[in-house]
Amino acid sequence: MSTRATPRAPRLDVDALLADRHTDIVVCCGSGGVGKTTTAAALGLRAAEQGRKVVVLTIDPARRLAQSMGLTELDNTPRPVEHIDTTAGGSLDAMMLDMKRTFDEVVVAHSTPEKADQILANPFYQAVSSSFAGTQEYMAMEKLGQLHQEVRANGGGGGPRWDLIVVDTPPSRSALDFLDAPKRLGSFLDGRFIRLISAPAKAGGRAGLRVFNVGIGLVSSTLSRVLGGEMLRDVQTFVGALDTMFGGFRQRADQTYALLAQRSTAFLVVAAPERDALREASYFIARLETERMPLTGLVLNRVQQVQASGLGAARARAAAEDRTDDGDHLSAGLLALHADIAGAADRQRKLARRFSVGHPSTPVVEVPALAEDVHDVDGLRRVGEALAAG
Amino acid sequence: MSARTTSGVRLHIVTGKGGTGKTTVAAAMAMALASGGHRVLLVEVEGRQGISQTFDVPPLATEEIRIAGAAGGGEVWGLSVDAKAALIEYLQIFYKLGRAGGVLERFGAVDFATTIAPGVRDVLLIGKVYEANRRRAAGHHSRHDTTPAYDAIVLDAPPTGRVVRFLSVNEEVADLAKVGPIRSQADSITQMLTSPQTAVHVVTLLEEMPVQETVDAVADLRAARLPIGDVVINQVRDPLLRPRELASAAKGTISRPKVRAGLEAAGLRVTDALVDGLLAEAHDHALRVAQETEQLALLDQLERPMFRLPVNPDGVDSSTVREFADLLTERGWTGEVTG
Repeated sequence: MSTRATPRAPRLDVDALLADRHTDIVVCCGSGGVGKTTTAAALGLRAAEQGRKVVVLTIDPARRLAQSMGLTELDNTPRPVEHIDTTAGGSLDAMMLDMKRTFDEVVVAHSTPEKADQILANPFYQAVSSSFAGTQEYMAMEKLGQLHQEVRANGGGGGPRWDLIVVDTPPSRSALDFLDAPKRLGSFLDGRFIRLISAPAKAGGRAGLRVFNVGIGLVSSTLSRVLGGEMLRDVQTFVGALDTMFGGFRQRADQTYALLAQRSTAFLVVAAPERDALREASYFIARLETERMPLTGLVLNRVQQVQASGLGAARARAAAEDRTDDGDHLSAGLLALHADIAGAADRQRKLARRFSVGHPSTPVVEVPALAEDVHDVDGLRRVGEALAAG
Repeated sequence: MSARTTSGVRLHIVTGKGGTGKTTVAAAMAMALASGGHRVLLVEVEGRQGISQTFDVPPLATEEIRIAGAAGGGEVWGLSVDAKAALIEYLQIFYKLGRAGGVLERFGAVDFATTIAPGVRDVLLIGKVYEANRRRAAGHHSRHDTTPAYDAIVLDAPPTGRVVRFLSVNEEVADLAKVGPIRSQADSITQMLTSPQTAVHVVTLLEEMPVQETVDAVADLRAARLPIGDVVINQVRDPLLRPRELASAAKGTISRPKVRAGLEAAGLRVTDALVDGLLAEAHDHALRVAQETEQLALLDQLERPMFRLPVNPDGVDSSTVREFADLLTERGWTGEVTG
């Protein structure tokens, strides 16, 4: 029995992807609530048990899922996941991103100790590093870049500590914000606004730019009115201290972006077989194609399985009504349940087929809906098996 | 619990984990509140065009437009708040900026304020809701004209993981802006959000992760002194087997001859595979129901009114909103905070 939605969709071979030593980054993206983090963790576990040295980078895991991998603290340190099968020579580490700490490390690494202290103590920096809407995306990419350097590096003769990174994307409003984050931060730091705010006199001092001067006056006075003078001064100090780091920021952002575009990266779009989730998935695929990112395939999660496959939904519904009329609650209940299951499976199949018609070259793997939620390594292993078998 | 007291909620904030149907429920609440001739504004703040997709109308721009009619002459209006547009409008209204708005935009100051400056974005987004809430029917902020422009506002807010930070605008800007207009705007917003005019409703499914997030969000909302409204449980399945049958299904002790006889009586061609398949489906269903019962008990401990909405076997479409609105009304949902 085939569990695939449509014969037209090419099948995504998860085991081949994980076994391919050229693959060193797997990115799971998709809208909220589709099982993205679970998929990332299950892929990491499966790859590790097949001999890869894996680190899973999660951004904001649900508590139970984090516990299932033994993650209890958000401290930026990859820790070994217990209770996994290492006979194939693999290993599995997992870590949760600490956004602020990652940002602090970047600051320390790219400035003199005095400058770093000045930046770390700035109220505006503290707010940006812990709450700016794009910081999480930017820092996720920063951390990915750092981990990848360790993948490439050969640690002390024993080979690299990891040879595969599985990353789960931040739960942004648009889950592809992380693609834009480096560019956005980069263009902000490079932009004339920064130059203006850090050194208004210098920027306006050029001869003949009277209009520019008027503009600066307006901008400065308005900003001061809107933000308040104190905040503006904090911003100016922050920008002034950060001045020497601009190049580094920009360079790293570009490097990470280039890293993602390499053939050794695999993007998996995760979706549920629902109208909205598939619409979002189509949007992600279009974005990845526009950015020329290596899209590997679609993981269609939580697909309804039909176990009494010989009986159609309509026939089961009619039979259930017949049994209700006879007062046979047991058979009526079983048939009504089956009618719902078969009906849902039909609807999902149609949605999946429609998706594949729109994306004929996107490989798809289907993962059956599990009867119970995942909260331990065994549960993740079952998801991994389903991913490989789908 | 004491008797129901009407507290006059005007602002309904709807949150929930991604995938729980938060936008559909927010739309249904707007529709339910509009029925009987009321004018309700439905607002989204994440630029996802969820409202336009839910109502099957063209994408919303930054001005309010009528998107649906409700029973008794009621109207639902839609708005997709954009932080940049809100900032420029805000500057025009409060500073009579004229062309300075355009200059700010060209210099990247608008981008700065709406994406980089912490908290400012959220102040602007909720600020727009605040303004719509205070607006009078004539379109002015006059104190003498007391007819509000909208009878109620429903905000399709960010998901549970981010909602408390989104609503805690004061805390976000506190360290940065100790004085100044952003700060005073944040203060007014916080006053509105923590007043009895506001209720934060949480949408969940009876699954472990959404329920965990609901429990966490309710605790965080309480800590932030934000008034908690109702818990809406979406995608509830009717029990198809009776408790005794569920128990047998879980244990695998349902009588096969009985099932076989029942299926034959319905005129079906009965095979072992069919009986096995149906019993396996019943077994999984029983596990799911047991898990749902556990999750329901966790939600019960929150001591908030709970409203259930059914799973739609045909999936969600634009008719689901009206259906859910009717169900909410039938089940006595008013959005008022009781207690």
